[in-house]
Amino acid sequence: MEKGVEIIGFPSIKELQEYGLYPSEERFSRGPVVIVECVQEIPCNPCEPACNLGAIKIGEPITNVPRVNEELCTGCGLCIAGCPGLAIFVVDKTHAPGLAAVSFPYEYEPLPEKGTEAEVVNRKGQVMGRGRIIRVVKTGKMDQTAVLTVVVPLELADEVRGIKRLQRGWSHGQGK
Amino acid sequence: MIEKQAVVIGSGPAGLAASIEAAKRGVEVLVVDENSLPGGQLFKQIHKFFGSADHRAGIRGFNIGQDLLEEARKNGVEIWLDSAVIGIFPGRELAVEKGEGNGNKTLQKIKAQKIVIATGASENAVSFPGWTLPGVMSAGAVQTFINVQRVLPGERFLMVGSGNVGLIVTYQLMQAGADVAAIVEAAGSIGGYAVHAAKVRRAGVPIRLNTTIKKAGGQEELEWAEICQVDSSWQPIPGTEETLEVDTIAIAAGLKPLIQLARMQGCHVEFIPELGGWVPLHDKNMETTCPGIFVVGDSAGVEEANTALEEGRLAGVAIAEAVGTISPSRAILEKEEIWKRLENLRLGPFGEHRLLAKKKIIEEGNRQWKRE
Repeated sequence: MEKGVEIIGFPSIKELQEYGLYPSEERFSRGPVVIVECVQEIPCNPCEPACNLGAIKIGEPITNVPRVNEELCTGCGLCIAGCPGLAIFVVDKTHAPGLAAVSFPYEYEPLPEKGTEAEVVNRKGQVMGRGRIIRVVKTGKMDQTAVLTVVVPLELADEVRGIKRLQRGWSHGQGK
Repeated sequence: MIEKQAVVIGSGPAGLAASIEAAKRGVEVLVVDENSLPGGQLFKQIHKFFGSADHRAGIRGFNIGQDLLEEARKNGVEIWLDSAVIGIFPGRELAVEKGEGNGNKTLQKIKAQKIVIATGASENAVSFPGWTLPGVMSAGAVQTFINVQRVLPGERFLMVGSGNVGLIVTYQLMQAGADVAAIVEAAGSIGGYAVHAAKVRRAGVPIRLNTTIKKAGGQEELEWAEICQVDSSWQPIPGTEETLEVDTIAIAAGLKPLIQLARMQGCHVEFIPELGGWVPLHDKNMETTCPGIFVVGDSAGVEEANTALEEGRLAGVAIAEAVGTISPSRAILEKEEIWKRLENLRLGPFGEHRLLAKKKIIEEGNRQWKRE
């Protein structure tokens, strides 16, 4: 099913690997690392200054596909809200034995509360199970793009890229 | 008769950029817009913009609109709202139905040394049985409802078209609390950026390629849409029909430049499919084949907000040069900078056909220019 990003609407892991955007298992084994899921030559570069460590490069021309230096990346996640395409994720396969933490951008209201469980989804929006939200970050600098971190079984770390949007009218205390 | 050095028609990103750059360089600028609010489409854009980090990328569209308006005011740009240009006449005379702010209109005649047409584009329609039912509307209208008027016009949508407008409005509908049953796309691949597609895919919206809307129905308003697959020549394949229960259909089938004013003046136009249809020819200053009349942004060929801003800046600098408020040597350098950025924005698979089309327009524009 490796049909290409313009057919299925998201890059397959194989495509990400071809662009050098998927971290090596060796790098994953050393802690959180960024995955920039952006493989089209589009005129956009805010991810580059979003990284203080210079781990993401676009350069000239502005349509270059981002290049990630996995050695420079510390998995801090500051770049996630800096991508206007919401295409940046941080995956930590060392979160706990058998568990991974996936951080992703989220722009829906209401925001889930830290400590609650949510249905986790893959790149196609299919529910893969439930996961605990361990972090909800939304500062002024992020300009309304929240970053959530959800814990999932390790075998889902390459698949899960978000949670199912919570229904509007959902109030805190429900859905636990 | 009012006299102005420059009159800019349209206060979207292209028109505002042209106004700001000209005004900053000492040109007296009046912007005329038929809408009650300035900013064109910018105030509907609640997503973070793409583009260059040096040029407001990563900032949400409506905030860019706010910044531009402030810059325009700071530089003394005069803006007439609720005011429609009803004609441009020989000698660069404009007739304007000016909104006086109390619901009344007055007819004003303006003589302009330079005119910038920044009228934008209009959405293409798709017609099918049932398309006149309440509940069938353009994607742009949906976006105005949800992001400007804050009204959700339906609960369950079908989006027709997978270009960036279709993808972005689908995403914004879900942000507004609606569901989108599917995006249908008659072509064999997704039209817009994959990052926009990925956002709606992981929200669970299927993008159905080689698929189109066949008909729609309902008692008094839209209740269902029938979609079907199409073959490579976009003909419906019998037996592939499928009915979706939706209460609203949004049509995102592309845009075409609004060029009536340029045409009225007799500017040469060419049919350029890559840029949305009939486009006024122009030179590297964005000046049409009618001396002193410039065209920028979507009305000079449908692209996106970043290229619209840069084209506006080009015209702004060129007008300051022509009016004589800056020296030609300064203008050359400034225009070169802008051109460099514009060409960079037009690289890659989404831009290169527009780059070629624009080159063609300029070559042809120069040829036509010389003939006159």
